[in-house]
Amino acid sequence: MSFGVYVHWPYCAAICPYCDFNVYRARGADNAPLLDAICADIAAHAARLGKREAVSVFFGGGTPSLLRGAELARIIEAADRAFGLAAACEITLECNPEDAALFAEQAGAGVNRFSVGAQAFDDAALKALGRRHDAIAALRAVDVAAATGERVSLDLIYAREGQSIDAWRVELQQALALPVEHVSLYQLTIEPDTAFARRAARGQLITPSNDEAAAFYEATLGVCDAAGFPAYEISNHARSEAARSRHNLLYWRSEDWIGVGPGAHGRVTHDGARIATEAQRRPADYIDAVREYGIGWISDAILSNEEIADEALMMGLRISEGVEASRIAALRGRPLNADALEWLVREGLATHAGGRIALTARGRVLANKIAAELVS
Amino acid sequence: MTPRDRIRNFSIVAHIDHGKSTLSDRLIQQTGAMTAREMTSQVLDSMDIEKERGITIKAQTVRLEYKGHILNLMDTPGHVDFAYEVSRSLAACEGALLVVDASQGVEAQTLANVYQALDQDLEIVPVINKIDLPAAEPERVKAQIEEVIGLDASNAILASGKTGEGIEELLEAIITRLPPPKTGDAEAPLKALLVDAWYDSYLGVVVLFRVIDGVVRKGMRIKLMQTGADYNVDTVGVLRPKRVDVAELGPGEIGVLTASIKEVADARVGDTITEYRRETAKALPGFKPAQPVVFCGLFPQDAANFEDLRAAMSRLRLNDASFSFEMETSAALGFGFRCGFLGLLHLEIIQERLTREFDLDLIATAPSVVYRVHMNDGEVRELHNPADLPDVVYIKEIEEPWIKATILTPDEYLGSIIKLCQDRRGVQKDLSYVGSRAMLVYELPLNEVVFDFYDRLKSVSKGYASFDYQLIDHRPGNLVKMSILVNDEPVDALAMLVHAGRAESRGRAMCEKLKELIPQHLFKIPIQAAIGGRIIARETISALRKDVTAKCYGGDISRKRKLLDKQKEGKKKMRQFGKVEIPQEAFIAALKMDGD
Repeated sequence: MSFGVYVHWPYCAAICPYCDFNVYRARGADNAPLLDAICADIAAHAARLGKREAVSVFFGGGTPSLLRGAELARIIEAADRAFGLAAACEITLECNPEDAALFAEQAGAGVNRFSVGAQAFDDAALKALGRRHDAIAALRAVDVAAATGERVSLDLIYAREGQSIDAWRVELQQALALPVEHVSLYQLTIEPDTAFARRAARGQLITPSNDEAAAFYEATLGVCDAAGFPAYEISNHARSEAARSRHNLLYWRSEDWIGVGPGAHGRVTHDGARIATEAQRRPADYIDAVREYGIGWISDAILSNEEIADEALMMGLRISEGVEASRIAALRGRPLNADALEWLVREGLATHAGGRIALTARGRVLANKIAAELVS
Repeated sequence: MTPRDRIRNFSIVAHIDHGKSTLSDRLIQQTGAMTAREMTSQVLDSMDIEKERGITIKAQTVRLEYKGHILNLMDTPGHVDFAYEVSRSLAACEGALLVVDASQGVEAQTLANVYQALDQDLEIVPVINKIDLPAAEPERVKAQIEEVIGLDASNAILASGKTGEGIEELLEAIITRLPPPKTGDAEAPLKALLVDAWYDSYLGVVVLFRVIDGVVRKGMRIKLMQTGADYNVDTVGVLRPKRVDVAELGPGEIGVLTASIKEVADARVGDTITEYRRETAKALPGFKPAQPVVFCGLFPQDAANFEDLRAAMSRLRLNDASFSFEMETSAALGFGFRCGFLGLLHLEIIQERLTREFDLDLIATAPSVVYRVHMNDGEVRELHNPADLPDVVYIKEIEEPWIKATILTPDEYLGSIIKLCQDRRGVQKDLSYVGSRAMLVYELPLNEVVFDFYDRLKSVSKGYASFDYQLIDHRPGNLVKMSILVNDEPVDALAMLVHAGRAESRGRAMCEKLKELIPQHLFKIPIQAAIGGRIIARETISALRKDVTAKCYGGDISRKRKLLDKQKEGKKKMRQFGKVEIPQEAFIAALKMDGD
């Protein structure tokens, strides 16, 4: 089982109106207590799990690019001390274009993969998304990241209000021409309890219909394939196999990872059981928990085989390599719905070959419904 | 025992909301039966639903004392569904107060009940209520009473239940204008009318009765002539309105008794109570067993609540013998019950009580009337559920119940109402005017009324039309069974009997509605309405094109897994792929839709 470390840095300069992650406004408070807690929490996980070589460290958030090189280095060192980092360990930093000035020192601290949150290359769209940078800043940030010599990915949000499919094709083609090896392309999703959800409820935000959204997705695949960025996951495209996100593949392949930092989730195999952990959500509570009990996680649930199977299926169907059917069946204690599988294969929505079930491009856009049919 | 000439038994005839209950409360208060502190508004309507809807479901009674007289006030059910119960309450009285709202005037429901009172030779005192309202027009209403009902309204009492105005005058009128019980022989064998019965958790079944001849006393052995069962009288009492024990009650008196009767169903409204082994020669006329008129299926939304539903229904039946139910299974809705009701209001009330008092979520299928199916071999079957209709090749004829409907409406809505009645296969019998209001009499198939007629009537008349009906007969109808097929599978709970001429539009409307309500699947789903093998309407739900989570990383897994878990059917058995699940909301909405 491969193993990685996810670090959640919950602070942002501003909260984006579409974001439903565990995020808080950065108010210039001292970072040290949270950094201390994260480092201690990593050590606590290692004390329980024993030393397991990490193939990835991923800084997500929030906005971890707000951290200085030295701050990131502390965490990376803590992870290395506790678990040992593999020689080719992927160290990813999610970053905002505004923080481009820090990229060089962050690379110096060990970051070897920059995931740039460009979101759009259109000033009006960036404004509508509540972003604080403009299109030029996004382009510059990609260049700065590329100049460090490390791997670069960028995030874009599409199917935005008022966006046409043709306009999106052009925007995407421009993005794929940048010095990046990987892109994450997310259809705008209205998440509950966000500012966008409130606007949508008032009728002030109109998003594409289900059929239009499907057309957007098809257009996205077309442009990416033509530009040599095939999808290896529903929303993720890479120039080559080496350019794929090793860290995110841990999730989609149901491998092991610890989650440290406020609200982070982990999945670890320990003493023969697969355990789901969840850290205290509020930064102050997280810091207190680590201080008081030595650990940051508050929830530590052993997953049933059925739950493990459901997670493996639901995540595995997202990636082009699919899932191993016999492993899922063994965990469930019964096969997946054979009628449904047969129908999906016949209709060209899935493939079932070499013991693996995988979705085709047409099937991937229906992944949730298909997962539900296969487990029913 | 009260001397007969000191007794006045009367009921109140009124339309919903015309202030019957408030007026009753005033009478109770004025005669001192209850202190102001004991009064909660509308003492006589004791169920929550009765209070909320301002209607009386169970007959209630109260014994008042005024100037040396005993006044027995019977509050009667004010709705056509309970017409039989009303007739028995009226049969226990010599007089009636006709209460009419001073601004609203006479309504359809008032008419039906007042005619019943007149048929039973009751002395009627008109009372014009709510005269405190600014819109009150007592003179106009008086004229209307004379014109429509043909009743002298010159000495009508002007009253206000709210302010108490006219109440003293009303009490005077009750003792001077209403007659005492006409006959009654205290020495004769007991003959008493069973007016109503209800279940009391402390006392068991309580029977409300009116003595005609003889005496009821504690310890005596009585016999119910219809059921033939005999009982020992445990207690005799009067309601003031709280129950007070008395030694005995004689001719003309109204009271309650308990006699260790097990179920309300054993104490049938209209039965004659007599003395065991000293029976009266002849039972009282007019007894009718309770006959359900409208049926529908009730299913628990959660199959796990089936036994709870059964228990709740049994509890309600304890107190309501006219409600019947038997087990039913539906391929679409699982286990449930086919239930019989006296009418639509009765159905609604039972449904509401099950939901509210027992906290059950229910799915009700479309109400259906009782059809008489004449088979080729001469057999006649009563059909309560359209899904059970035998194959048409064996059927000679189907008869359906017809009603006579009386509708009173302001003139301006007449056109729309006539159109509604015509659309529902109505036959106009009469149209007359009472001032600016029209009175329409139509004969209509009950089938066309149970669905949503009342809602439509309210909507086309902006709520001004009032409506009442009575069953008249069964007539042959050109009826066909319309099936609804979803993904080529017939859905039993959506099958209905419709008139051949209306099948197509009904079928089309149903298919369109279901198209809106059934979620998209991975495959396209045909929805069809069919008569036998003939498809009369069709819609198609296109296949789902997109259902995917854009971002799904480590922090999203638990939440998404829980969503997936919810979509699973049974944990162990594999579901047949391609079977379309019809969501319960779709059933509810499809059955509620307009018939037009």
